Amino acid sequence: MFKILKKEALAPTLSKFVIEAPFIARKRKAGNFVIVRATETGERIPLTIVDSDNESGTITLIIQAIGKTTNIMVGMNEGEYFLDVVGPLGHPTPVDYYGTVVCVGGGVGTAEVYPIAKALKDSGNTVLGIIGARSKDLVILENEMSAVCDELIITTDDGSYGQKGFVTDALKDIMKKNKELQGIYAIGPIPMMRAVAETTRADKIKTYVSLNPIMMDGTGMCGACRVTVNGEMKFACVDGPEFDAHIVDFDELIARNKTYEDLEKSSLQNFIQESECQVQDAKTE
Amino acid sequence: MQKQNKTNSGTTDRKNPLKPSERMKIPRHLPIEQDADIRITNFGEVSEGFDNQLALEEAKRCLECKNPVCVAGCPVGINIPEFIKLIYEKDYQGALNKIRESNYLPAICGRVCPQENLCEIVCLLGKKREPVAIGKLERFVADYERAYGTFTPPPKAAPKNQKVAVVGSGPGGLTVAAELAKLGYQVTIFEALHEPGGVLIYGIPEFRLPKHIVKEEVDRVKALGVEVKTNVIIGRTITIDELFDELGYQAVYLGTGAGSPNFMNIPGENLSGVYSASELLTRVNLMKAYKFPEYDTPLKIGKRVAVIGGGDVAMDAVRTSKRIGPEHAILLYRRSREEMPARVEEVHHAEEEGIEFHFLTNPLKIHGDENGWVKAIECQKMRLGEPDEKGRRRPIPIENSNFIIDVDTVVVAIGQSPNPIIQQTTPGLETTRWGTIIVDEKGATSREGIFAGGDIARGGATVIQAVADGKLAARSIDEYLSQLREEKKQVPEESAI
Repeated sequence: MFKILKKEALAPTLSKFVIEAPFIARKRKAGNFVIVRATETGERIPLTIVDSDNESGTITLIIQAIGKTTNIMVGMNEGEYFLDVVGPLGHPTPVDYYGTVVCVGGGVGTAEVYPIAKALKDSGNTVLGIIGARSKDLVILENEMSAVCDELIITTDDGSYGQKGFVTDALKDIMKKNKELQGIYAIGPIPMMRAVAETTRADKIKTYVSLNPIMMDGTGMCGACRVTVNGEMKFACVDGPEFDAHIVDFDELIARNKTYEDLEKSSLQNFIQESECQVQDAKTE
Repeated sequence: MQKQNKTNSGTTDRKNPLKPSERMKIPRHLPIEQDADIRITNFGEVSEGFDNQLALEEAKRCLECKNPVCVAGCPVGINIPEFIKLIYEKDYQGALNKIRESNYLPAICGRVCPQENLCEIVCLLGKKREPVAIGKLERFVADYERAYGTFTPPPKAAPKNQKVAVVGSGPGGLTVAAELAKLGYQVTIFEALHEPGGVLIYGIPEFRLPKHIVKEEVDRVKALGVEVKTNVIIGRTITIDELFDELGYQAVYLGTGAGSPNFMNIPGENLSGVYSASELLTRVNLMKAYKFPEYDTPLKIGKRVAVIGGGDVAMDAVRTSKRIGPEHAILLYRRSREEMPARVEEVHHAEEEGIEFHFLTNPLKIHGDENGWVKAIECQKMRLGEPDEKGRRRPIPIENSNFIIDVDTVVVAIGQSPNPIIQQTTPGLETTRWGTIIVDEKGATSREGIFAGGDIARGGATVIQAVADGKLAARSIDEYLSQLREEKKQVPEESAI
């Protein structure tokens, strides 16, 4: 049982949770993730560890309500418990002094790139940050990112905040101004990660993406998260989750991630209907 | 099942009055089973085993050999004639206690142990007739104890102030933990998943081994004072060195199994609709995907499923798939029926359940549709050549024999490899080129105080082999820790001089 010590809503469907998990906190490094099973009937959900505090024995997770399980998780409150939290999983991001690097976060991916930006900054790198979101209310971790980035650009698809456009527009500007970029770290929706990979491919700038395939156990046991990298089969949970973006087969990843789309939708709809019925029942009582 | 009071009254009850020739005339009794057409619609246990009457009648068949070869055939040396005799005497709990002296997991092994290749294959009765149904008798007494809640933990030795960490809660880990707890050690089992039991929980299906049976067996291990910590991945959450240096453990047993699925490395293996057997079974067994949407984890089995492989895991996968409700559940195996490593009983059950077997069939390529979903599997016909080093006849491709089977789901069940996390994070732990951990005849690894057994050391074996390895390692760990105690006693004396 893992206690929720703090919960904070960041955006309409996005909440930050501080969880008591001392053994994970003392081991966690940037790039690691955990698997959470919040309730008895819930799925095992992989989540990047956004931050950790060894002294208080806590880890920070940011959860977006997408399907049934994540909706239930985002609905949980301080004082409640996640049934199972296991980690830290995956290879941490190799962090060293490289020079100037760019950290790109798209949507909830900002939560995942933030710990990497922080670790790279702590190692003395010049960190240029880009946060992309559909609109202003979906921009998260702006303060945290600006605290660890030497420069931070925000883009929104609709122009409601920051620059209007995509993260790749901002990245192109940075690439024009900085000829010596030592690495790009891009985490977000797959189309965004692929667009970043295409943007940097010609200049051969090292570009890393953290992949989010369907995952179950997270320990290399099921093979659900297999991805093709440089023509080879890799398990994202134990071989990744970070890979060289220029050699990832994104088409395959997109196709595989659609495997359960219809079931997930129907399950969520059922859940929403049931929840609404319960609210109705409560009102009539 | 009727409760029986132990009958010690008089010696006439005790002796089997039948002459060996009469015993041999009794045919082997068949267990009570769910009909195949019903059981493929549920996940309930296929076999209900023996009731009292069947068990008593079957126990009568034992010849009580002076030199019982069945005991030698059992990897853990259960005193088989003795426990069968106790059944005959209606002392069912006594029979179970007798088994438990050698094997702490009778409810599990009575169900999944391949007795037909171990104790039963050597049974003298089997030379002319069918062997005694030893496995079903073992299961009967375990179920009897369960039904009447008559379990009491066996006696424990005085506490020893030494801690042992057991990594993995599969059959090997549970056995080591139970054996060492009985000797008075403080034992903690660390399990990576959210439920203890290892392959017994995530791998073997409910219809062969109900999960409540595993839970209860784990509870009996806990009843000895063993602590079970789930959600701990040794190598990630805590390293082996931290177990020794920071957490005060003096010995470690590695029973992490072979959990990493192998793939065939053929085109199309990453299409949607292709599962490893491990994924399919874990979704169903651990995550209860067969109860979707009550449970949130989904599973997609289409109308035509092909499972590739010929072992127990392949049988489990194809029979599990069948129960999800496809029109066709097909098994593809590249050799013939005779070479299949799966248990005869499981193959027999699979046939009853309408599984379609395609022998001498080797998959070459999985074809996908425009959305990246499986639509067919291309195979090649094989013929059998000369036997390989294991004595199994080698499959040889027949040229120009390619053909296509329309399927929408493919399950790859061609074996598992050891998970590399512990090997990668434990300096000085020697492994083979296949990633298995090297152990000596006592189960000791290249690192002092670290022992290993079961699939992590053997690559792929059986539940009962893991139990046997666990027993051996428990003895070695006891020896090792006794030595440490002796050394500790001697140190102050030496320093006094």
